[in-house]
Amino acid sequence: MLLIDCPHCGPRAEIEFRCGGEAHIARPASPEETSDAAWRDYLYLRRSPKGLHLERWNHIHGCQRWFNVARDTVSDEILAVYPMGSPPPDLGRT
Amino acid sequence: MAENFRLAEGGRIDRERPLRFRFNGMEMQGFAGDTLASALLANGIHLVGRSFKYHRPRGIMTAGPEEPNALLQLDRGGGRSDPNMRATVVELIDGLDARSQNHWPSLGFDIGAINDLLSPLLPAGFYYKTFKWPASFWKSVYEPRIRAAAGLGVAPTEPDPDRYLHRHAHCDVLVVGGGPAGLDAALMAGRAGKRVILADEQSELGGGWLARPDVPLALAGRLTELATLPEVTLLTRTTVTGYYDHGYVVALERVTDHLADPDPDLPRQRLWRIRAREVVLATGAIERPIVFTGNDRPGVMLASAARAYLNRFAVRPGTRAVVFTNNDTAYVAALDLAARGVGIACIVDARANPEGAHVAAARAAGIRVVTNAVVAGTEGRRRITQAAVARLAGDGGLAGHLGEPMACDLLLVSGGWNPNVSLFSQSRGRLRFDERLQAFVPGEAVQATSCVGACAGDFSGFDGDPAPLRPLWAVPADRPSVRAKAFVDFQNDVTAKDLGLALTEGFRSIEHVKRYTTTGMGTDQGKTSNVNALALVAEKLAKPVADVGTTTFRPPYVPLAFGAIVGHSRGALFDVVRRTPMHEIAAAKGAVFEDVGTWKRAWYFPKPGEDMHAAVARETAAVRRTAGLLDASTLGKIDVQGKDARTFLDRVYTNAWSKLAPGMCRYGLMLGDDGFVMDDGVTACLDDRHFHMTTTTGGAARVLAWLEDLLQTEWPGLEVYLTSVTEEWAAIAINGPKARDVLAPLVEGCDLAADAFPHMAWRPARIAGIAGRIFRISFTGELAFEVNVPADRGAEILEALLEAGRAHDVELYGTEAMHVLRAEKGFIIVGQETDGTVTPLDLGMDWIIAKKKGDFIGKRGLTREDLQHPDRRQLVGLLTAEPERVLEEGAQLTEAANPAVPARMVGHVTSAYHSPNLGRSIALALVEGGHGRHGQTLHVPMPSGQSIAALVTKPLFIDPEGSRLHG
Repeated sequence: MLLIDCPHCGPRAEIEFRCGGEAHIARPASPEETSDAAWRDYLYLRRSPKGLHLERWNHIHGCQRWFNVARDTVSDEILAVYPMGSPPPDLGRT
Repeated sequence: MAENFRLAEGGRIDRERPLRFRFNGMEMQGFAGDTLASALLANGIHLVGRSFKYHRPRGIMTAGPEEPNALLQLDRGGGRSDPNMRATVVELIDGLDARSQNHWPSLGFDIGAINDLLSPLLPAGFYYKTFKWPASFWKSVYEPRIRAAAGLGVAPTEPDPDRYLHRHAHCDVLVVGGGPAGLDAALMAGRAGKRVILADEQSELGGGWLARPDVPLALAGRLTELATLPEVTLLTRTTVTGYYDHGYVVALERVTDHLADPDPDLPRQRLWRIRAREVVLATGAIERPIVFTGNDRPGVMLASAARAYLNRFAVRPGTRAVVFTNNDTAYVAALDLAARGVGIACIVDARANPEGAHVAAARAAGIRVVTNAVVAGTEGRRRITQAAVARLAGDGGLAGHLGEPMACDLLLVSGGWNPNVSLFSQSRGRLRFDERLQAFVPGEAVQATSCVGACAGDFSGFDGDPAPLRPLWAVPADRPSVRAKAFVDFQNDVTAKDLGLALTEGFRSIEHVKRYTTTGMGTDQGKTSNVNALALVAEKLAKPVADVGTTTFRPPYVPLAFGAIVGHSRGALFDVVRRTPMHEIAAAKGAVFEDVGTWKRAWYFPKPGEDMHAAVARETAAVRRTAGLLDASTLGKIDVQGKDARTFLDRVYTNAWSKLAPGMCRYGLMLGDDGFVMDDGVTACLDDRHFHMTTTTGGAARVLAWLEDLLQTEWPGLEVYLTSVTEEWAAIAINGPKARDVLAPLVEGCDLAADAFPHMAWRPARIAGIAGRIFRISFTGELAFEVNVPADRGAEILEALLEAGRAHDVELYGTEAMHVLRAEKGFIIVGQETDGTVTPLDLGMDWIIAKKKGDFIGKRGLTREDLQHPDRRQLVGLLTAEPERVLEEGAQLTEAANPAVPARMVGHVTSAYHSPNLGRSIALALVEGGHGRHGQTLHVPMPSGQSIAALVTKPLFIDPEGSRLHG
């Protein structure tokens, strides 16, 4: 069980959180001008990388706030926790 | 039975506290401090079970958790029955009742042993190859027989009467293992002021030291100092079973299993869930057996186990022993046994020129040592009687027997030592094959894990060195192969031949070989067998062992009771049960409840003599004739506030909210961005910045989480605050032509007249003296009001309404009648008419999609070509040709009455009921191009072969003009 450092509540067990999948999937600003293909990508296409993954987490059984997490999917090491709306920190890897 | 094999003195048993126990009904005696295994051995019992497949007699092989053979069924009374308990780790208690497993009629004479003679018919994977014909026999005859014949203990039949607790703990350093290396690690961390937990599986700390003839004084010194360190917690009888991510470790503490008469306030076991910054593994090493013909007879024992029984438990495990080794450590055991009067017939050492202090000591003690030799076979039915010794030839084969077989009742074996890397591997640490030890040792750690002592491959604290050793993975047989069984995995009866067969048949990956032969898959998870198995495979494939690699080590390290995993989460505490404020009244009225999410909702209210059908018919009719009362409290309610609340509603609902005035409500559909219906409900405008939103009962939590997600991540600029108020309000719906008459006398401060209080309005009011809200909304198509009052007044208001309704023949109705009533009107239920692939257009609800407002969630999705397609499944009504025939929900629809198979299915039934108000069956269905099929007949093929014809109609069966809505 992961130990996730909630930016508001501190380190808590994974069981208190809900994972919201890949981060930085922005809803297109002008949906009506978005092509079908781009809209499909926004709705359905997600990465499943081996290694660094940027993902959204919600402290659903705590402060209920959303934040971003950079996690290595091989080791499960959490490399960074950063706020919603911020670009991913430079972790020196892709 | 007398303890003929107990030494007169010594050991760590308490001779002042004799304990009585039973084995297969025989009364025996042991002492406090014994394990069940040591007590059995003290009574001369070696034969304790029959093997899994061949029913071969098996004895006690080890003195620890790695035991593959000595699995017993323990009965502690009162329904407490534990199968497959390892006698080597069960502490003896007074009155213990132990039985051997997997034999009939008795342990000594077991009919199933015929399998041993039939073994040529039962090779690895036999169930994939034989017992295949006739096919029908597999399920009915072969499988049940094979399962009955192969096996372990019997699962208890009674609910577990014991209590199990979970405990969470955090520490700087968790030390696993209380041997010398673990104690040192704990001391070092403790002295530095760190918060330390030390967990050890045994009843006392000391680990390998406890098996020495004289336990070092250093042990007491260390324990004394540890006791003075306030931040150090010592847990005995606590086995770490799992090492997961980020220092999360699970350990099982056996709190009362060692007590004959435990304090009833104590739990049986406690599951520790520990989060450790750093983990030190001091888990020691496990001695390896050697794979040779007849290596499984009772009396064949790991050398270190014999030493532990002798020194720690003061038990002589035999009278005359042969020792078979490829390293020095077994010499130490032989010397200890000889010193306590056990005859050592011979030490058979596979090495050509063993030397060193222990070898010299054995020779000096007059023990016969033969080198470059092996035990090539054994005899003895229920106990070993002799061992045949042979010379090894240069090619690894046998160079002939070395004299006559040696008589013995004990054969000690040491094939080297495996560092106990199970937890290290679970932590994702990588393993490295150490050529010197011929074993896997910890390599690079992935977490903050360090290994110390024998676990790290450091055997400096051992008596005798496991290296140098001569690798000896399988000793050639000294007899025809059909009679030669050399076991690799004792618990699963996997022989060296089985592994060879798997390779012959083309299996290469060790993971495949494992699954095909079942080696390493028992309750012992191959603690004694894995390295032998994979080294054997490597040898046969002519590959280095490191290249074959290990199979995955998985939690739990040792079996643990389901009760311990479950803890308190059983029975009433298994899941949340939510009851409405009016639950007790419904129960008193005889309601039958159904589960909706975690809620208990009144399903129907049968009167004496009524079945469900009759009750629902009465309730449904009453609503359209007079009025009915429904507990609607479970609907999700979300308080929406903030200056941008209206904008927010505009974005999450398909319809327009900009003009909804305070005092009015509106029905809304929520879509996902894919355009599919997600939830629905009525939202009321309390004031310009304050709305009261309702959701479906089951969708409440999901909708709130989703709205929060949007606010926090998509539209952080909107000032909107969401709060769940589901449980703040009790809600009662009053539906039917008499609804106003029932309610009016109870209401103050609000005019219920149609013009003053129109449909889809809400008003604050006092109802039966209670301040609340009244909503004029209807889910039945009847004149209807929904009364909301603070939850703690819910029961009161329902009583008042029932009293007021008595004059009008008002009935309580449940969710089933609610379903029928809404289906009569074609109102959808999200999750019943929709399944995540249904759009508002499919439902014929085009009217709810705002044409003029800007973007909303789902708008772009709906414009996708596929979602506009005229042949999509669309909501229709169905009327069966036989009015009494009620369709089955989920039934498929076809165009032909008797379609050719495979039939093309053009839709499915989503809801189907008998409608008492129409005197016939009705159904809703999703049908391809359904909106254009009104008037067509479709067919519902049934499993009986018969088809049911149904007419496609509009999904609206009653009051098409909607006049009843206005009373």
